[in-house]
Amino acid sequence: MELMSQLGDGFAVALTWQNLGLALMGCFLGTIMGALPGLGPSNGVAILIPLAFTLGLGATPSLILLTSVYYGAMYGGRISSILLNIPGDEPAMMTCLDGYPMAQKGQAGEALALSGIASFVGAFFATWGLVLLAPQLVKVALLFGPAEYFALFTLAFATLGGISATNQAKSAFAAALGLGLAMIGVDTQTGVPRFTFGEVHLYDGIDFLVAIVGLFALSEVFIFLEHRGTERDISNRPRMEIGRIVPSWSMIRSCIPTMGRGTVLGFIAGVLPGAGASLGSFISYSMEKRLVDRDKTFGTGDPRGVAAPEAGNNAAAGGALVPMLALGVPGSGTTAVLLAVLLALNITPGPLLFSQNPDVVWGLIAALFIGNFMLLAMNIPMVGLFTRVLLVPPRILMPVVAMISFVGIYGISGSSFDLMVMVGFGVMGWVLRKLDVPLVPVILGTLLGNEMEVNLRRAVTIADGDYSVLISSPLTIILWITAFVGFVLPIFLGGVMRRRMRMARDSEGGVMD
Amino acid sequence: MSDRIFGGIGLVIAIIFAWQASIIRESFLSDAVGPKMFPYIIAAVMGLASIYFLFKPDPEPTWPRIGHLAEIGLAAAVMFAYAQALPELGFIISTAFAATYLTWRLGSSPLQSVVIGAGTSIGIYVVFRLLLGLSLARGPLGF
Repeated sequence: MELMSQLGDGFAVALTWQNLGLALMGCFLGTIMGALPGLGPSNGVAILIPLAFTLGLGATPSLILLTSVYYGAMYGGRISSILLNIPGDEPAMMTCLDGYPMAQKGQAGEALALSGIASFVGAFFATWGLVLLAPQLVKVALLFGPAEYFALFTLAFATLGGISATNQAKSAFAAALGLGLAMIGVDTQTGVPRFTFGEVHLYDGIDFLVAIVGLFALSEVFIFLEHRGTERDISNRPRMEIGRIVPSWSMIRSCIPTMGRGTVLGFIAGVLPGAGASLGSFISYSMEKRLVDRDKTFGTGDPRGVAAPEAGNNAAAGGALVPMLALGVPGSGTTAVLLAVLLALNITPGPLLFSQNPDVVWGLIAALFIGNFMLLAMNIPMVGLFTRVLLVPPRILMPVVAMISFVGIYGISGSSFDLMVMVGFGVMGWVLRKLDVPLVPVILGTLLGNEMEVNLRRAVTIADGDYSVLISSPLTIILWITAFVGFVLPIFLGGVMRRRMRMARDSEGGVMD
Repeated sequence: MSDRIFGGIGLVIAIIFAWQASIIRESFLSDAVGPKMFPYIIAAVMGLASIYFLFKPDPEPTWPRIGHLAEIGLAAAVMFAYAQALPELGFIISTAFAATYLTWRLGSSPLQSVVIGAGTSIGIYVVFRLLLGLSLARGPLGF
């Protein structure tokens, strides 16, 4: 019952006009960003962090705004999947498979509404999962000492590439790059400058917000510049008629078991490190296909093929918040960006967050519940509005994105130097993306680098310089083994998983972008 | 080939990183680990990963043609210039120029570009400065 009273307190925090307004704004912006191809949840949140910051919002309001954007983007991704056959963000990829064929059959409106409901079911129950699971995880986390934390951070990096990672050496390189960037600046423990090359601007280190916005938002602009005028230009695709928006009750009813299974699978995929929303939707879809596809209707516009991945990806989005809030270690790209929000606001996530800032945690969770209802309202009756947004061509949109990124960073620091560093990160992000180096470990490295080092040094210093303390407790050994398995497994399984994901798309008429 | 070049560059960076770590001046008040250890570990991981790229490169990515590559370089140059110009010219003027350039390169016709660029700049100014009260760069003209 303690849980209920805490949740009640959370609602008291969330139900102010300001917070409701921010949740509404976040849901709205998030849905737009999710719907627009090229602007995914991580980019969307990345662009808005500096803004939330310069607006002088407090911790809870900023978090409410940005997690609403996160949830909203997860809802929005399906819109362009269904209407254009282009996933609005990566997790919405599987929704193309049956969503687009439904739209071709003139059922676009029904597909949108049904996927909206499925998103709601996934996100709503995943938020309940967060309420129930996060406090349990906190209890475990309270047993963690510095050595355990060091192992946990290593685990996060080792598994971040995910089960479908293309090349683990590239994930490792990306993590090292991020950690290396975090080392720049004055050492927090002894006060000596490191890697500053005598440049005063570098003494307080590279602001991770600068790195995030550059790597995510600006590199996207470069990608658009690169693809302009080629067959990968997305500005000239045919438009779809929406048709009736209300799906028949029998259609919804036939999808209820599908949504249930998708939610459970998605949530689990979200909580596990290194899986994230893309895997959540993939697993839900393939599982559903294996279970109920008796007449081989999947891939030809089966409503269940729309409901499964959408329930899965939204449930995973909620699940991914569990390790982020309870341990301070994000399991996916967007939650890594959300972690940046917390750090920028001087809030240390992890077990202490629940005891020291319960208002933040429970206010946030309550806001997620409220946001879910707002999103349901926005995504069914008002879905027509968002489909109009897809008409804004990238040639207008991308400059706006770039300029807003500059505004946000300039608003925080007011320095041209930071802007130039950001452009540098943009170019670097583009090159890394071309080389298939994942960007999320870079971000996580810059975010967690100092924390990781502090824990290493603390653990060893407490043990009087004895490095074996890092593997002294059963907990550390479990964490190291998990990290090792998580790093090595994709080397054997990654190829298989990737081939399946690709085959699922190719064989079912999807156009791979 | 790209991966091999990347591996080579990565290895150089790792070596420079390790060398820079080795010349960190430790203060006499140091902990048991000191400020050098963790950077060494990072350099080692980076170096090992780079060596892996050298020996086992991935298939070549599709690099854009030279024209598109120049496009990206120029856009980055414009953004650099924008960062420099912002405190000198003020927000509206520099943003209008930068947005005009970007939308032009992304496929707007020249005349349209000027309109879209100016619109973007003024739009952002209205929303973020006038409505939300953010401090944007002020030029000699006050905006």
